[in-house]
Amino acid sequence: MSIIVNHVNYIYEEDTAMAHPALIDINLQIPEGQFIGLIGHTGSGKSTLIQHLNGLIKPTSGEIFYNNQDINEPGYNKKVLRSQVGLVFQYPEHQLFETDCFKDVCFGPKNMGLPKKEVELRAYTALKQVGFEDEYFYQSPFDLSGGQKRRVAIAGVLAMKPEVLILDEPTAGLDPKGREDILRLISDLHAKMRITVILVSHSMEDVADYVDRIIVMNKGRVAFDAPPKEVFAHYRELEEMELAAPQVTYCMQDLAAAGFDVDTSVTTLEEAKKEILKAFGKC
Amino acid sequence: MLRDITLGQYYRADSVIHRLDPRVKIVATFAFIISLFIVKNFIGYLIAGLFLAVCIRLSQVPPRFIFRGMKTIFFLLIITMVFNLFLTAGEPIFTFWKFQITKEGIKLAAMMGIRLVFLITGSSLMTLTTTPNNLTDGLESLLGPLKKVRVPVHEISMMMSIALRFIPILMEETDKIMKAQMARGADFESGSIINRAKNLVPLLVPLFISAFRRANDLAMAMEARCYRGGEGRTKMKPLIYKKRDFIAYLVIVLYLVLIVVMGRILFR
Ligand SMILES: Nc1ncnc2c1ncn2[C@@H]1O[C@H](COP(=O)(O)OP(=O)(O)O)[C@@H](O)[C@H]1O
Ligand SMILES: [Mg+2]
Repeated sequence: MSIIVNHVNYIYEEDTAMAHPALIDINLQIPEGQFIGLIGHTGSGKSTLIQHLNGLIKPTSGEIFYNNQDINEPGYNKKVLRSQVGLVFQYPEHQLFETDCFKDVCFGPKNMGLPKKEVELRAYTALKQVGFEDEYFYQSPFDLSGGQKRRVAIAGVLAMKPEVLILDEPTAGLDPKGREDILRLISDLHAKMRITVILVSHSMEDVADYVDRIIVMNKGRVAFDAPPKEVFAHYRELEEMELAAPQVTYCMQDLAAAGFDVDTSVTTLEEAKKEILKAFGKC
Repeated sequence: MLRDITLGQYYRADSVIHRLDPRVKIVATFAFIISLFIVKNFIGYLIAGLFLAVCIRLSQVPPRFIFRGMKTIFFLLIITMVFNLFLTAGEPIFTFWKFQITKEGIKLAAMMGIRLVFLITGSSLMTLTTTPNNLTDGLESLLGPLKKVRVPVHEISMMMSIALRFIPILMEETDKIMKAQMARGADFESGSIINRAKNLVPLLVPLFISAFRRANDLAMAMEARCYRGGEGRTKMKPLIYKKRDFIAYLVIVLYLVLIVVMGRILFR
């Protein structure tokens, strides 16, 4: 149960004067159950890459395997693939169309051809999973706040019970509280349902606390692919890619440079606090 | 699929045709269309075709790109030709059951077909080589005299330029929403006609909502910058004729003269 991306290249508008490569020789292995952060500056090819993973875009060259099967082979059932590799687009609330939230969440499982009871059960469970209150179930999705709409849209994908959940910049355009809520929700989903999660973001700060592995994209290539600690150690190179390591990394680097004996590889605020207290001999 | 619609889409290149003043191109396109209706013989169509081919060549737009727009009018073309083929009275050369094909019918159908193809190709070439902004600027300037008789020329051209500007945006949006719904298992490609129409609801509702949202935002942004119509409004890049534009006008006149003269000579 895994995704393998093998030497994938992709060129947009291939046979026009506007042709430009968006992905260059991408190789990745995504085993089951990982929580992965896919990071890159705007235009680095993150959205293009994830649309390959559920077969919405066909690579110009190279292959993508899901459970050891080439997904672009003729005869491969893409509809089933898309229910297994759930993709939540950026600003997913823009895709809502039904008269009430519940019906909208039913759309995915209904397209899978499930019986009505099963569809409704899944929709109910999914809405509950994203922490949506019963009282809003039958409201028009257009009357909700931005954060709530986004939850409904995420539930719309969760209701298909995907084995891999991919979210494209799920925190874009939300206020700090909304960001925090959505990130915690995704982290909880990963912990409880044991599904593979790929979280796309352009901010290290977003993912540092949660993910097992970070893939950094730069100009269509994979620049780094390692656990957060190793990636943040390259904070100078990250800056050249117009990314930044989390504030904690900078703080610890400065402390170490000033002669304090601290571990510069910590990534979360909690770990940093411990390190600093230790260095000052308070614990 | 959606990218096949080239009408109203600009192809970026740096050619003589691209650099021409938009007014020249609009006038030339009109002259060309009129010439297609003056022409009554195949020599005329040959000249028109050559003129068009030279323009396409000069524009550096790949012909593939121009003819892609043809797919969208393919049905119209077929219907027009079939009607002309069967419904023209004259000397019959082929009859079966109630239908008959006449010599005049074949000639008319061929002419209509060529006329339609040239017409679309010619106007596609104009929109492919002129940015929407330039196009409406040119139109506004050409229609300027109508302001005297209270035609809201500025408002019309502003609406046109906004509409043209929104075509690529809406196409991109359509692409995005389509993909987002496909990720939820929507199917836009198979099924009966009725089912396919039904399946468009998840695409059209978000598309309309997004169009209204964009229109609203744009109106707000224009108002915030004190837009209040065309009265006393100056341009950042006013249209000024250059030497090449006069040469182009001359070429157009020569082309028209040639077409008319050829028609006269052959019909004497
Ligand atoms: N539909 C499209 N048509 C043409 N080019 C595109 C399209 N979508 C993205 N691109 C280009 O591909 C590159 C990668 O874009 P994208 O994958 O959206 O990056 P990211 O999600 O990391 O911001 C960019 O240079 C972008 O301009
Ligand atoms: Mg993106």
